[in-house]
Amino acid sequence: MLGRLSWHALPHDTVTRGGAASMVLAALLIFGYLLYTKRLGWLWREWLTSLDPKKIGVMYIVVAVVMLLRGAADAALMRTQQATNAHFLSANHFQQIFSAHGTIMIFFVAMGLMFGLINLIMPLQIGARDVAFPFLNSAAFWLFAAGMLLVNLSLIIGEFSAAGWLAYPPLSEIAYSPGVGVDYWIWALQIAGVGSLLSGINFLVTILRMRRPGMTLMKMPLFSWSVLCSMVLVIFAFPILTATLGMLALDRTLGMHFFTAGGGGNAMMYVNLIWAWGHPEVYILILPAFGVFSEVVATFSRKPIFGYTSMVWALIAITFLSYTVWLHHFFTMGAGADVNAFFGIMTMVIAIPTGVKIFNWLFTMYRGRIKFATPMLWFLGFVVTFSVGGMAGVMMAVPAIDFQVHNSLFLVAHFHTMIVGGVVFGFFAGLTYWFPKIFGFTLNERLGRYAFWCWFVGFLTAFIPLYILGLMGATRRLNNYDPSLGWQGLFIVAAIGAAIIFAGIGFQILQLGYSIWKRNENRVSGDPWNGRTLEWSTTSPPPSYNFAALTPVDSRDAFWELKKTKQAEKPAYEDIQLPKNSGVGIFIALFAFIFGFGAVWHIWWLLPIGLVGVISCIVGRASQGGTEYRLSAKKVAAMEAEA
Amino acid sequence: MSQAATITRANERQEAESKTLFGFWVYLMTDCVLFASLFATFAVLRGNTFGGPTGDQLFSLPFVLIETLVLLTSSYTAGLGLLAARRRAKTQVLVFFGLTMLLGIFFLTMELTEFHKLYVEGDSWRRSGFLSAFFTLVGTHGLHITSGLIWMAVMLYKVAKGGLNHVNVKRLTMLSMFWHFLDIIWIFIFTIVYLVGVAG
Repeated sequence: MLGRLSWHALPHDTVTRGGAASMVLAALLIFGYLLYTKRLGWLWREWLTSLDPKKIGVMYIVVAVVMLLRGAADAALMRTQQATNAHFLSANHFQQIFSAHGTIMIFFVAMGLMFGLINLIMPLQIGARDVAFPFLNSAAFWLFAAGMLLVNLSLIIGEFSAAGWLAYPPLSEIAYSPGVGVDYWIWALQIAGVGSLLSGINFLVTILRMRRPGMTLMKMPLFSWSVLCSMVLVIFAFPILTATLGMLALDRTLGMHFFTAGGGGNAMMYVNLIWAWGHPEVYILILPAFGVFSEVVATFSRKPIFGYTSMVWALIAITFLSYTVWLHHFFTMGAGADVNAFFGIMTMVIAIPTGVKIFNWLFTMYRGRIKFATPMLWFLGFVVTFSVGGMAGVMMAVPAIDFQVHNSLFLVAHFHTMIVGGVVFGFFAGLTYWFPKIFGFTLNERLGRYAFWCWFVGFLTAFIPLYILGLMGATRRLNNYDPSLGWQGLFIVAAIGAAIIFAGIGFQILQLGYSIWKRNENRVSGDPWNGRTLEWSTTSPPPSYNFAALTPVDSRDAFWELKKTKQAEKPAYEDIQLPKNSGVGIFIALFAFIFGFGAVWHIWWLLPIGLVGVISCIVGRASQGGTEYRLSAKKVAAMEAEA
Repeated sequence: MSQAATITRANERQEAESKTLFGFWVYLMTDCVLFASLFATFAVLRGNTFGGPTGDQLFSLPFVLIETLVLLTSSYTAGLGLLAARRRAKTQVLVFFGLTMLLGIFFLTMELTEFHKLYVEGDSWRRSGFLSAFFTLVGTHGLHITSGLIWMAVMLYKVAKGGLNHVNVKRLTMLSMFWHFLDIIWIFIFTIVYLVGVAG
């Protein structure tokens, strides 16, 4: 009846119990607060059921920030264990923690921040009123949330995967990982992955079909370009993930032999497939961060971006090349010298368009009137960290070197430099830059600077030792090591670095709280940074319809040109069609969650419930009439006059 | 409502429809990548029979040829159904899509018969990597056919009840795109799994 589920699934050791209890407590507190202040209805009507991409974007970011804290807590545990070389985490527990850390940071923090920023800014930046498929957008967010919930549920009920963030077989097969951990991993990613795929389709169609009249592709702002390229990657990469996870699930539940050690399975095929998704995934994350920097650098240097055309072609080149390098993740698997050489060279080639971008940003700053606002600090920090990480990457692209540092902490340091120093710094820059756009007031600059310096110094302190340790032979994923190796000093330095990063996170929380408290002193009208692109041409926060009139544009920095010519003609208002709120997306995700939970615990009767639920929701939504409402021109004129 | 407003609304609707169709094309391409992954997997695992039967010992080409012809015919009737929908000929739409559905069910029954036969003879998906890949690839196509049939049933009901309004014609267009897409995938399955499987 309940499959593998029983009372034994509740946590046994103190650390997990503490984590689980604090999570449940926090959820109960928030729920109690909402109940007490009678805000549940408001939350449901104004936020959870909203189809407005600006609100969905905020929800993505809230989830991502909460998950950042969870992932950071995992990191703290690992750093403490390695610095003290104590045994407060068992080997199995340590493995679960690094698996959860990687999974959560990539899928629910980085992806969440990315889709959040895209939702918030991309439609505004291309001068559109909405995304192409608003309901799909909401369903995709809730699938993402359902996946997130499943990962976190594993802390309370059962266990998480101990097979690393990509769950390589045969270790992740049922023979070696008989528990529910890998199944949690599979179904959380499967559900969230479908959401990402739907978002990819949605944003691609939005960009290709809904740009402001006159905004040809070569006049589109670079953030939107980066999103376009990233979504092309999502569309071609995520189906591979779906297929691969599906096959692993079939191996584990139906006894198939795709990747098993016996039965004619081929584990190396999994490694190929997962990286055929996984390498593009890295670029899915970094391209929008590149896009953010292109906007930030141009705005705060008060200059048009240097080499716009080469920036676009660099993005396109990276998009194509990102599919030709996946094998560099496993040079040691034994594909042979020729194959390794090919992928090594392609990996080095991809550094060229990336280098083009770095130089273009620097040339944009050259002779610009630079304002060192916080987003610009994140950019400058990024140039340092990303160049360091990039050079380490080119080094490892040489297969002979890779054989030496494969699976070592050198690699761990390298990809953290790219993901933290590249992706995360980029999204922080974007969040600071566009915060006033969404909320109508700026974030406190002083606390923002403190946060940046803590992150930057902390990051280098935490990861430079890992490069050195890697070269000294420290492999990744070690729960303990022999003290005679002399590694402990460097691990302690790394832990200190992590502590400085946590101080940075603390400053960010403080910054957010303080800025909300003092929000009336930092109110902005439309355009706090003297922006260049269309998102700044409307009020901050924007009205639900984004723009009252869709005035055609005819240049790249459309808003900048408009400000220069100062033509303030009165727009002709028109009726605006907008989607009504809908809670169906939540129910689709709920049934998908039920399906996932049943599949994890082998509670088979839950599966048809989940499946039929999802199908009925879709059919029901498709049969719904009047899912949109019309805002009359008169009403729009009145709302505009008020703003 | 003024004439200009009517024209604007018609334009808006057309715009929205073309957006949806384009989005559906993109979805089909993602599905194509999904099948490509399964085809690649099948190609890798084709020889991994682990002492079990190979393709030419298991597959009966005449049987699969009939399956193929049934599915191809269903694609043809789906095309006729869509043409009828464009002419707003409701009865013909019901007849042609009804026919498509029957052929689809027939195809699915044949496929399940084949699966059942393999299963009871001990050649299930547990037998070898090759059979895992076979059942998954062909089964994923079958699952797509199943969801297409559910969709078709819903659409038949909607057309019968609500007639051929814009929304229904748009959805019939997407449904037949989906159905033709599955047909193309099947051609590849027929060639790569069955023909190559039997020919060696």
